[in-house]
Amino acid sequence: MSDQFPVTVTVNGTQYERAVEPRLLLSDFLRHDLGLTGTHVGCEHGVCGACTVLFDGEPVRSCLMFAVQADGHEILTVEELGTMDNLHPLQEAFREAHAVQCGFCTPGFLMTLVPFLEENPNPTEEEIREALSGNLCRCTGYQHIVDAVKLAAEKMGA
Amino acid sequence: MKPSPFKYYAPTTVEEALARLAEYGYDAKVLAGGQSLIPMLNFRLAQPSVLVDLNNVSELFYIRPDENGGLLLGAMTRQSQVEHDTLVAERAPLVHEVIPQIAYPSIRNRGTFGGSLAHADPSAELVAVNMALNGRFRLRSQAGERWVPADEFFVGLFTTVLEPDELLVEVALPAMPPRSGGAFLQITRRHHDFCIAGVAVLVTLDGKGQCEQARLVFLSAGDGPVDARQAAEMLRGQTPTPEAIRAAAEKAADDEIDPGSDIHASAEYRRHLAQVLARRTLTQAFERARGG
Amino acid sequence: MTEKYVGQRMTRTEDPRLLTGQALFVDDVEIPGMLHAAFLRSDYAHARLRSIDVSAARNRPGVVAVYTAEDMEDAWKPCPPLVIPPPTVKGVLFHARTQVPLVKDKVRLLGEPLAVVIAESRYIAEDALEDIVVDLEPLEAVVDLEKALEPGAPLVHDDLDSNLAAHLIQKKGDYAAAREKADVVIKRRIVIDRCAAGAMENRGIVAYWDEKSQQLTIWDTTQAPIPIRNGLAGMFGLSSHQVRVIAPFVGGGFGPKVMMFYPEEVLLTWATLQLGRPIKWIEDRRENFLATTQERGQVHDAEIALTSDGRILGVSHTFIHDTGAYDPYGLTIPLNTQSHAMSAYDVPNYYSELKVAFTNKMIVTPVRGAGRPQGIFLMERLLDVAAKELGIDRVEIRKRNFIPPDAFPYNHEIIDQAFAALVFDSGNYLAGLEKAAAMIGYDQFIKEEQPRLRAEGRHVGIGIVSFVETTGVGPYEGARITVETDGKISAATGVGTQGQGHFTSFAQVIADQLGVSPRDIRLVTGDTSEFHWGTGTFASRGSVVAANAIHAAAKAVRTKILKLASKVLEAPEEELELVDNQVRVADIPHQSISLGELAVMANPLRGAVEPGTEPGLEATAYYGPQYGATASGSHAMIIEVDPETMMVEIKRYVTVEDCGTMLNPLIVEGQVHGGVALGIGNSYYEQLIYDENGQLLNASLADYLIPTASEVPRIEVGHEETRSPLNELGSKGAGEAGCIPVPALFAQALEDALADYDIEILEAPMSPNKLFALLQGKEKE
Repeated sequence: MSDQFPVTVTVNGTQYERAVEPRLLLSDFLRHDLGLTGTHVGCEHGVCGACTVLFDGEPVRSCLMFAVQADGHEILTVEELGTMDNLHPLQEAFREAHAVQCGFCTPGFLMTLVPFLEENPNPTEEEIREALSGNLCRCTGYQHIVDAVKLAAEKMGA
Repeated sequence: MKPSPFKYYAPTTVEEALARLAEYGYDAKVLAGGQSLIPMLNFRLAQPSVLVDLNNVSELFYIRPDENGGLLLGAMTRQSQVEHDTLVAERAPLVHEVIPQIAYPSIRNRGTFGGSLAHADPSAELVAVNMALNGRFRLRSQAGERWVPADEFFVGLFTTVLEPDELLVEVALPAMPPRSGGAFLQITRRHHDFCIAGVAVLVTLDGKGQCEQARLVFLSAGDGPVDARQAAEMLRGQTPTPEAIRAAAEKAADDEIDPGSDIHASAEYRRHLAQVLARRTLTQAFERARGG
Repeated sequence: MTEKYVGQRMTRTEDPRLLTGQALFVDDVEIPGMLHAAFLRSDYAHARLRSIDVSAARNRPGVVAVYTAEDMEDAWKPCPPLVIPPPTVKGVLFHARTQVPLVKDKVRLLGEPLAVVIAESRYIAEDALEDIVVDLEPLEAVVDLEKALEPGAPLVHDDLDSNLAAHLIQKKGDYAAAREKADVVIKRRIVIDRCAAGAMENRGIVAYWDEKSQQLTIWDTTQAPIPIRNGLAGMFGLSSHQVRVIAPFVGGGFGPKVMMFYPEEVLLTWATLQLGRPIKWIEDRRENFLATTQERGQVHDAEIALTSDGRILGVSHTFIHDTGAYDPYGLTIPLNTQSHAMSAYDVPNYYSELKVAFTNKMIVTPVRGAGRPQGIFLMERLLDVAAKELGIDRVEIRKRNFIPPDAFPYNHEIIDQAFAALVFDSGNYLAGLEKAAAMIGYDQFIKEEQPRLRAEGRHVGIGIVSFVETTGVGPYEGARITVETDGKISAATGVGTQGQGHFTSFAQVIADQLGVSPRDIRLVTGDTSEFHWGTGTFASRGSVVAANAIHAAAKAVRTKILKLASKVLEAPEEELELVDNQVRVADIPHQSISLGELAVMANPLRGAVEPGTEPGLEATAYYGPQYGATASGSHAMIIEVDPETMMVEIKRYVTVEDCGTMLNPLIVEGQVHGGVALGIGNSYYEQLIYDENGQLLNASLADYLIPTASEVPRIEVGHEETRSPLNELGSKGAGEAGCIPVPALFAQALEDALADYDIEILEAPMSPNKLFALLQGKEKE
């Protein structure tokens, strides 16, 4: 029963061709088959949001998709946002606002926020908290993350 | 956890998909958005031997007006697309209002309008809203097709009238009658969790300001959505005063729903919430009917 | 001149790596030839294992090995206990029973591991679990604490004659006498139930025995890599120098990751030694609920005796503490409860009788707060009930009882978790409470705003509570600091990091001594090959014990630098200063030498050195406090309740924290926010719910409700600072303070919001459902 299916997927601008078992979760494919370990797995039941990536530009939970479903599509993961020497303004804002503690949930938040800020360049605190409510963080209590989003909006709007 | 192995098909047409379902029957599970099914597969609570993935069946993704002022939605239309669609906002304002309450944007980017209905979770917002709005569902198999009204579609806990070889392909939402108003409220422990109680209502007034039609559909109040017909009947022909509304809400909560107890809420608490929410939504719906 | 870094709100050095997804967590470790483990776990909480047949699993393609307890032969034994009971408490009864690597005869908790499958992938390993045939004979489960101790209860441990795991009595003064003199005696029963730590990263281990180099390398999400290394080396007959344990970036600890030894740690190590291949096990979220420790369950029957003007004469309580199926962590948690039951107050008489019960539930080891929230909940609730009965304002009654600022060190005479008499080193509790009251506008709210809101029919309440928190306990930690030849500093300490910002805050401590920017300091934590003496991150001790060891090592390096530089620059040490990675003569800047050059000189390749010289500019130092420092604070909250739906909205949340010297206030605030969020979870959203068969009914994040950004309000953080006299930095711990008083605060504020219903909340966690039940009997017209 372990047929292999061909998958051609563009991840962070690079095209990959692989053969995968249909039950292989997209999160596992990205992390272990492609070595992109920035996307994290917190629950595999679609609740914590740590595995969020952009699928054709839209945020999705990669633990709730199969790799085989990514055939012909484009994915962006946190590794594409910025580098250690050249952080994305959102990443800069996270750092300045101390929005990162253990960092495990962080990539999921970033990938959720990038499209959010594109559609809402000037969000209120309430709108930000609403947008974040699908991502769990156990370390920060969210406040500095909210502050980071406001700061990022300023940086990106300027 | 990781899913058990399965045979996988990704048809590109409805015909192909139906052929697979005819071939495998009960052994096959349909994969729509996957936001409800894949967690179950990951927990190994569901271990289907065959998965038929509809995500490449492009003919099932659409939102169209119908000639009577209503809407036709392809079953695979993403919830996020429905959320942002202007036609939906105009013609089905209750859907437009409720969809943003479903989970989170990243879930709605994959979750589908029809998938939620076929899954038939008694706490699902779209289930109750489609019933309240008198939606009709088109079911297709290799043998043919049939239309089923929403209030006949849901028959039990996670159970619909869909046969193993049938697919839900389209939902028809009628135009909102004049002098109508809808409302929806749910109580969730955390923002956008599955609700512990909820209700969707649609009311229509006659020219004299009395209630002509009413529908109250409760979530998390039984094995499936609960259509409180007696409460609706009580309102018909009445002026919707606070007393009349309270009486209908109490009727529905006391006599028509059958909520269970679980770790989040006792049956008593659910019943109490149902009454409170019915009162609040009916009040709001009648106000909207008067205003609109 | 020289910038002072301690106390600065520095952004973190480690953030860019975490933000860009470049940080290594255990599941990111990939080694060629790596295998994957999955555990077969019991579906029953209490059962006899009659037989287990793994032959079909072994035959599945892709499966490399399947092991049961029998396969382990002599290697199978219960794990050593982590904490023994304190030798200093007289008359303590304690039955040590520790967890086993795989079930041999009897299952004692849901999810206890029965077998382990090692396969080419986790997917295949999980498939193979279904091939295993197990015959379990279910036994009646012990779940309720009081029933557990009733005669005739089923036994969790058959070799004992009851489920009493421990019994001890602690006293201070004479409660019975005090009670006689009291004007008011209030008795209440208080029940607290379990919560999970809920770190976003589940546990994980990669264990790799390399036969050729005879080295064992283990990546583990542990908060205590050094004891893990020592323990595993001992268990498997290796020298500790053959074993390297690395806790890389860890996605949240909160307590359970300091517990050892988890069965998985033992099994993975044993299995890699058998197979000579690297093996990875990553806990999934459902397993996390079943296989990672939990905490909080206790039932108290308590009394408080007071004078009519609200002065506490004494507190007495008998309580049962739930330790779960085993008690590897000794009495740490209930001792913390006892040492916090008197809280910040001057309580002259105290009696506490503790019974610990074995139950068929997950093992209990510290979760953020570690027994302190229960003690604080007890005292704050009793005080609030007393305040109502005596007609004294809540703030006022606390003021009347605080340990005054001139009474330190204050000796409570009872024994705490550090095996020493509980002594509070310093604090100003009154100042903390007054500040919190001022920040939230307590007087104005009570007198003006609340009456106005009530007249509008709204149910808005205010709560304000105080607490203490013992922190910074020993035994010790150590650090080594080295000046590198490029002038940068490298440092290592034994504690691990799970998000507390050690890489930055500890660098700030070093920077102040060595005149180097914290950004030029490379710190390694949690790698036993870099530093192998120490105990771990727990009990809010990093910023106290590890930081003070770092401080001592930095001072020692500074001394070496000055001594050598004095010779090189031909100037007396007193005239030298360390600035900008250089040593220079004060006021003669060109008379200088870079630290890098000095480091080269300190390690000559040729020539002779003076006897007693240590090479390089490096020092190792240790710090062990005589006793732990005591942090404190007050929290206040305004909350609105909808009495029809039981939904709540926190309108304002204020905290005042006193953690002594703050190494980095930005980091401290983050710890407070996170602690409060967890506390809010512990108050109204979270609870681990076991049924009468020991089944955990909410073993998923869908049903175990960790608060989101919509449930956690903006938190205003105020500070008081009473330096600890116990250490040079003056620091106290800050990691747990945020969560400790929250359930007590919630209870008080909800009662206040619903004052017209006159309810009493004596349990934690609360929930909308429980609140509904309380209001049921009290329907107002």
